[in-house]
Amino acid sequence: MQILLAAIVVVPLVGAVAALLPAPPGLKGGNPDQAVLRHGVTVTGAVLALSVALAAGFDHDQPARMQATTDISWIPALGIRIHLGVDGISLPLLVLTALLTFLCALYSYFKMPTGPSPRAFVALLLVLESGTLATFAVLDLMLFFLAFEMVLIPMYFLIARWGGEGRERGAWRFILYTLLGSVVMLLGLLLIGIKGGTFDMVALATDNGSGLSHTTQVIAVLAIGIGLAVKAPMWPLHSWLPDAHTAAPTVGSVLLAGVLLKMGTYGFVRIVLPIAPEGAHAFAPYLAAFAAVGIVYGSLVCLALARSGAKGDLKRLIAYSSVGHMGFVLLGIATLTPTGVNGALFANIAHGLITGLLFFLVGAIKDRYGTSDLDQLSGLTGAALYGRAPRLGGLLAFGAVASLGLPGLAGFWGEMLAMFASFRPADGLSRPAFLTFMVLAGLGTLLTAAYLLVVVRRVCMGGDGDGDGVTPATAPGPDGTLADVRTYEFAAWTPLVALTVIAGLWPAALLGLTDPAVQQLLGGGN
Amino acid sequence: MGSLVQSVDWLAIAPPTITAVVALGILVADLFLPEGRKPLLGWIAVTGLVLAGLSLLPLLDGDRSTFCLTGTKAGAGACSYTADHFTLVIQLLVLGGALLTALLSFSDIADSKLPAGEFWFLLLSSAAGAALLPASRDLATLVVALEVASLPAFALVGLRRGDSRSSEAALKFFLSSVTATAVTLLGASFVYAATGTLHLTRIADGLTHVDPRLAVLAEAGVALTLVGFAFKTAAVPFHFWVPDTYAGAPLPVAAYLSVIGKAVGFTGLILVTVVAFPSYADVWAPALAVLAALTMTAGNVAALRQRPDRERSAVRLLAWSSVGQAGYLLVPIAAAGYADDASRAIGSTVAYALMYAAVNLGAFAVAALVARTSPANRITDYRGLYARRPLAALALGFFLLCLAGLPPGVIGLFAKVTVFSAAIDAGLGWLAVVMAVNVVIALYYYLQWTAVLFRGAEAGAEAGTGTGAGTEGQERAPLRTSRSLTAAIALAAVVGVALSGAPQLVLRFASQALL
Repeated sequence: MQILLAAIVVVPLVGAVAALLPAPPGLKGGNPDQAVLRHGVTVTGAVLALSVALAAGFDHDQPARMQATTDISWIPALGIRIHLGVDGISLPLLVLTALLTFLCALYSYFKMPTGPSPRAFVALLLVLESGTLATFAVLDLMLFFLAFEMVLIPMYFLIARWGGEGRERGAWRFILYTLLGSVVMLLGLLLIGIKGGTFDMVALATDNGSGLSHTTQVIAVLAIGIGLAVKAPMWPLHSWLPDAHTAAPTVGSVLLAGVLLKMGTYGFVRIVLPIAPEGAHAFAPYLAAFAAVGIVYGSLVCLALARSGAKGDLKRLIAYSSVGHMGFVLLGIATLTPTGVNGALFANIAHGLITGLLFFLVGAIKDRYGTSDLDQLSGLTGAALYGRAPRLGGLLAFGAVASLGLPGLAGFWGEMLAMFASFRPADGLSRPAFLTFMVLAGLGTLLTAAYLLVVVRRVCMGGDGDGDGVTPATAPGPDGTLADVRTYEFAAWTPLVALTVIAGLWPAALLGLTDPAVQQLLGGGN
Repeated sequence: MGSLVQSVDWLAIAPPTITAVVALGILVADLFLPEGRKPLLGWIAVTGLVLAGLSLLPLLDGDRSTFCLTGTKAGAGACSYTADHFTLVIQLLVLGGALLTALLSFSDIADSKLPAGEFWFLLLSSAAGAALLPASRDLATLVVALEVASLPAFALVGLRRGDSRSSEAALKFFLSSVTATAVTLLGASFVYAATGTLHLTRIADGLTHVDPRLAVLAEAGVALTLVGFAFKTAAVPFHFWVPDTYAGAPLPVAAYLSVIGKAVGFTGLILVTVVAFPSYADVWAPALAVLAALTMTAGNVAALRQRPDRERSAVRLLAWSSVGQAGYLLVPIAAAGYADDASRAIGSTVAYALMYAAVNLGAFAVAALVARTSPANRITDYRGLYARRPLAALALGFFLLCLAGLPPGVIGLFAKVTVFSAAIDAGLGWLAVVMAVNVVIALYYYLQWTAVLFRGAEAGAEAGTGTGAGTEGQERAPLRTSRSLTAAIALAAVVGVALSGAPQLVLRFASQALL
């Protein structure tokens, strides 16, 4: 078990180095580019297999206990230890990361984004995977920070080198915002480490803030919170997200939305709640308020983008919808109740699956049409994807419906639980305020439903595509036809669809894992 | 009554002595070597530096001192030369840094026809002074060592004969440095007048009970002494000489100044503040904290405003960034004035300086490599370096990310963490926040340079068609390498990678009592 977890973090790094070296003679494919892309698929596949094995070997009766732990001293001078472990909170995120990265590698094997050599692309993808997995697996504050920073450089280059229009600007905004936040976060983490006497998350969580004065906790939560909120992203610190997403290549968007944003919310649950409970309590109402505003703001922007004639970009629209969805996650965390935090963790996973799928779909549409501009796509009548590419249209409709939180699909439970928890927040939090936030969040779900249905109507429905005067989009194929879902696309998307349905129908599978761990984190780590 | 003759522990003083003796040997050998054999001098210098480095090994216990006062009871135990752990670490830094500088000088000497004998003599003399400085424990030795380290540096800066920019840089450097030294000497004499001794430990005692009539004199002495050392570290407002001097000096000399020159200043500052003037901590600590904040802000903002297409912008950027880095190095010294355990805070500076020395020299080495084909050394010349020289580009990217403190430059990140934690430990929260903002500013320009390395060369040609066909032709030319330059880059990269894997190697100084 220990070796499994350590391997999950290390294998992608080794794979990244191997990707840069020339391929061994036996593994040279017909073409070196394909060989290196296949190498990426192999390594991410191995990591996925390892993480599934880890999940299978995980003691599901005791999800609150840290399992598969490794604890080695690394830098005694600073008291930094290589402390790894998984519990019910981090396990689903680990598996999600491994799965999404594998699907991205698979997708790029068949559909490499336009840009320079795939060698660097695969190496960066693997470093990104390693950093993300490490973020969820480490139990040392400094290591967490290191892993948090490790994803920046690869993501920057993925956007700046393989991205679309406006990529330089998008990449810069992404990295500068996140860096600004994370440096502030570093100060907060150091403050906790120095005042608490250790950087070990488990030990600090067991103390439950008893070793930290009220002022320390408030300052630390403010500093750490800013760093995590930029990453999450929380309104009004979200403005890097739409640019980065719009410019990023498809796999970049999928990973950015699917797992990178989760690092922020995971940090809230893992660090802020158990280690500085008083500080978390002090800031919970503000966090909730920003989250509620974010939900409404995100959906209003989406609604504006979805309007006819607004020149809304589909990628940008989904990016803004992420702001709304992550708002639910933050709201759930801010209630400081087990229900809310469980809901937040559930919504985390659901958002990773659904938004990952949506970005894949939009990427596929953009590849086919050469644009993701809604107006160009749909023209006056609508793009009529149902008629021209029924499977693609069906999947898009499925993704949209899942995203708006239809009961029975993954999107429903997390947001329902978050709102439910804000109906009855933790003791000491102002109930009327949280009731207001709940109402705002409810309004947000309505608006979300509205814009997603508008999108479905404009993209999937519409004229029969014969093109009589008001042809919506430019005819993409050589003979004006539109390729439907290809096999490799099916392979990459089916797992996401299946998991969305399973998580929607059987939420207990996930909640059963997270709940004991959450109860423990909120209740003093014992 | 004991003998007044001080005994000399030759082993303890071996590192600076070997360096100095080899320097003199080179000066003499230069007279007798025919022109064609001059490169031999360089190898003698490298061997000398390696020998001096090896002579640190027998001293590892860190308990030797020599030139001690004998006789009278009051003075017994005060030594002028101490080889404790602090001394050894700084000597390692100085000698290692000088070795890297020597390796990257070979090609420059050959290319720009510098007088080899003089160059090696001056370099080693300066290194000998710099190696003596951390061991000195009285003000007279300290100032002498400082001057031995600085005077050859003026000549090195102006070594490019017939280059007006080089001479101007040397003059600027010389005038401002000499002024600072004069001020230091004045301060030292005031301190001597107030306390009646030059030994640092006894000054510390003496300053606790100064005759009230001399209190003002003592305070002025403390302040003036510090000013001199602040100049060497290129702290604001004594930083203005840096960019012009670096840009005008031969590139290896700029690298040398940016690392060893700074190390000298910091060592002196640490010795004077922590060993000699601890009782005045309430005066110098806030002053240093403010100085640190100003220095890092001025350096980073100026670096941010460098135009990448300006001539020698790469060196200018490194020069300004080194001013910014000097600000970070000052933070723990300021924190030492607040903390109960000053030596821990000092350790943070030492650990940071070691990291900085390795990666900054590495960055200069790659700059020297690029300068061989693009003498203008603009940042735009680095565009597409990855396509032409992947390893050099990866190395430079790694060095820059270390300086920025981003993974994969793990050591840079943790060195910054020790500095941050020293500041927070001392309760200097505001300074930590100022530093955090500066780190982000610095990240911006380091990262921008890194991004240029990996940008496609073709895209560069499209964007830069306006710059003229002459430079385009130059960019196409393959980079000329030299074995010593490659060795320098490889050495710095190996040190950087090893430290990133095992940061404990340098960070342990941050948890040890060094002094």
